[in-house]
Amino acid sequence: MDLYEYQARDLFEAHGVPVLAGIVADTPEEVEAAARQLGGVVVVKAQVKTGGRGKAGGVKVAKTPEEAKAAAESILGLDIKGHIVKRVMVAAGANIEEEYYFSVLLDRANRSYLAMCSYEGGMEIEQLAEERPEALAKVEVNPAEGIDEATAREIVRAASFPADLVDSVAPVIVKLYEVFTKEDTTLVEVNPLVKTAEGDIIALDGKISIDENADFRQPGHAGLVDRAAENPLEARAKELDLNYVKLDGQVGIIGNGAGLVMSTLDVVAYAGEQFGGVTPANFLDIGGGASASVMANGLSVILGDEDVKSVFVNVFGGITACDEVANGIVQALEILGDAATKPLVVRLDGNNVEEGREILNNANHPLVTLVGTMDEAAAKAAELAAA
Amino acid sequence: MAIFIDKNSKVIVQGITGGEGTKHTARMLAAGTQIVGGVNARKAGTTVQHKDAQGGDIELPVFGSVAEAMTETGADVSVVFVPPAFAKNAVIEAIDAGIGLLVVITEGIPVQDSAEFWAHAKAAGTIRIIGPNCPGIITPEEALAGITPANITGKGPIGLVSKSGTLTYQMMYELNDIGFSTAIGIGGDPVIGTTHIDALEAFENDPETKAIVMIGEIGGDAEERAADFIKANVTKPVVGYVAGFTAPEGKTMGHAGAIVSGSSGTAEAKKEALEAAGVKVGKTPTETAVLMREIVQGL
Repeated sequence: MDLYEYQARDLFEAHGVPVLAGIVADTPEEVEAAARQLGGVVVVKAQVKTGGRGKAGGVKVAKTPEEAKAAAESILGLDIKGHIVKRVMVAAGANIEEEYYFSVLLDRANRSYLAMCSYEGGMEIEQLAEERPEALAKVEVNPAEGIDEATAREIVRAASFPADLVDSVAPVIVKLYEVFTKEDTTLVEVNPLVKTAEGDIIALDGKISIDENADFRQPGHAGLVDRAAENPLEARAKELDLNYVKLDGQVGIIGNGAGLVMSTLDVVAYAGEQFGGVTPANFLDIGGGASASVMANGLSVILGDEDVKSVFVNVFGGITACDEVANGIVQALEILGDAATKPLVVRLDGNNVEEGREILNNANHPLVTLVGTMDEAAAKAAELAAA
Repeated sequence: MAIFIDKNSKVIVQGITGGEGTKHTARMLAAGTQIVGGVNARKAGTTVQHKDAQGGDIELPVFGSVAEAMTETGADVSVVFVPPAFAKNAVIEAIDAGIGLLVVITEGIPVQDSAEFWAHAKAAGTIRIIGPNCPGIITPEEALAGITPANITGKGPIGLVSKSGTLTYQMMYELNDIGFSTAIGIGGDPVIGTTHIDALEAFENDPETKAIVMIGEIGGDAEERAADFIKANVTKPVVGYVAGFTAPEGKTMGHAGAIVSGSSGTAEAKKEALEAAGVKVGKTPTETAVLMREIVQGL
């Protein structure tokens, strides 16, 4: 999960990374009050989880609280690459003398961590990496060892910082690494890291990605989820402990196993090309067990999606046998009763497939169509969604 | 032959007394695997009751540590079923004990824990880790270290490597009349031990494997790197499948590693890289199985 800038700022502050004062606000009036509280020049910054805010008019300098209010009026509601601005951060101004870049991230390809640092900040890092790769130091960080003061100094030197800056920048990098590990993140990026006229090193803008697998030991992270921005169906699915992602199409999808469900989405989209371009309405992985109650929960979320016109249940009986899955579907339909209103195309394969199909045939539910193969079932579900 | 595991492998289960550990120990035994014991420090000295492949009663010892289990039983493979919060320590314990093959089934391990134990394994040198968050490995009719259903298919000439469990089962099922030498689910997490490339290399060197199915999915660039490896090093025919063509950018699709970020990690890019390496890529699992069937019939 990516965090908002203000959330990153708060985590930086909690771990002793120097940041500027900042107050979040949702209305122009709140912005005005925040600017008055901070005093002096402030910067009003759109809080959106995408880049390019500045170019889109999402960042404005204001000399007075009135100017800040006016800035907020133009920023709130702005559409930045499809993200509507609902919240801004009012940040204290600073006399910026120089801008740098620092990030530490999970490096999948090398199964390690990578620190990246540049003495030249203030530009898109992808652009810098492409145009002047020598200006971007990339230093592998051993996950078992981490970044201590000595490693931080190496990183800063590798990024060609002048010698007199090493002492002030290295400790900030150690603190940023602390954020990276203690908060269980996969990315901590500061762009820009700045030096003020007073010589202070400050993390001016930060990006953090949180590893949700670590939620069990990060109780504070639950509060970072933006419930208001969450799709209501996704929020409901999360409450039911379902692995669900809302998509734009018309065919509801339930399957077991992330890979098989992803594959099901593809197969439905291909089949949909024959039926006016219908596509999957969601990703839903009910996992290996596929018990009746999980199936019922999954079906209820999908049937609660008004975009859904048909449902494709695609289960491979591996660990769970197909007869258990079939019983799960029948019981789920009983539990749902009249709430089940849309046609279900079911494809079962694997363990005890004959028994499973027999159970569904015997139940003879008017909404259920049993189809033999994944490709045929996808075509049937697409056809029903287009009808 | 086969790769990484066979009928001579002696397997212990870390977390043998837990729910998942108990259920899958029984399944691994039924599949013919030589399970020689388990580990749970709090239940050291006790035993657990199971049935062997012939249905006879057996009693498996529970040890206090992996090192002790290895000394007492000669185990060379460990399968980890311990919960995410304790997985890192369990893995590091097995690495320190010097186990040869470690299969980590546990789903939901924080990625920094995986990065840490991987760094530890790399420093230790010789260990092979499969997973985490994977179905494990099966050499049909010989041994199963993991949760792959053993009754889908038997022995045959196809080697399979996949990020996804259920797509592994699906592919084994579609080709169950032909059979498999070994099937490995390497897992869908961002940090995994054994990669597509490791498995491809082992299959290339395995005389029993005549053709290889490689299943990938969105996220990362493992498939692209595997394509480069195939081009340079693999002489056996390879058929590929990639899941996630319709996955939108920025949405994690079930596996922690399955996310398209920016222009990287898309299914299209992976498919193109594989095809450029001479791999036939199926549009659906069924089409992929048809491609493999044609290859096997031509062998």
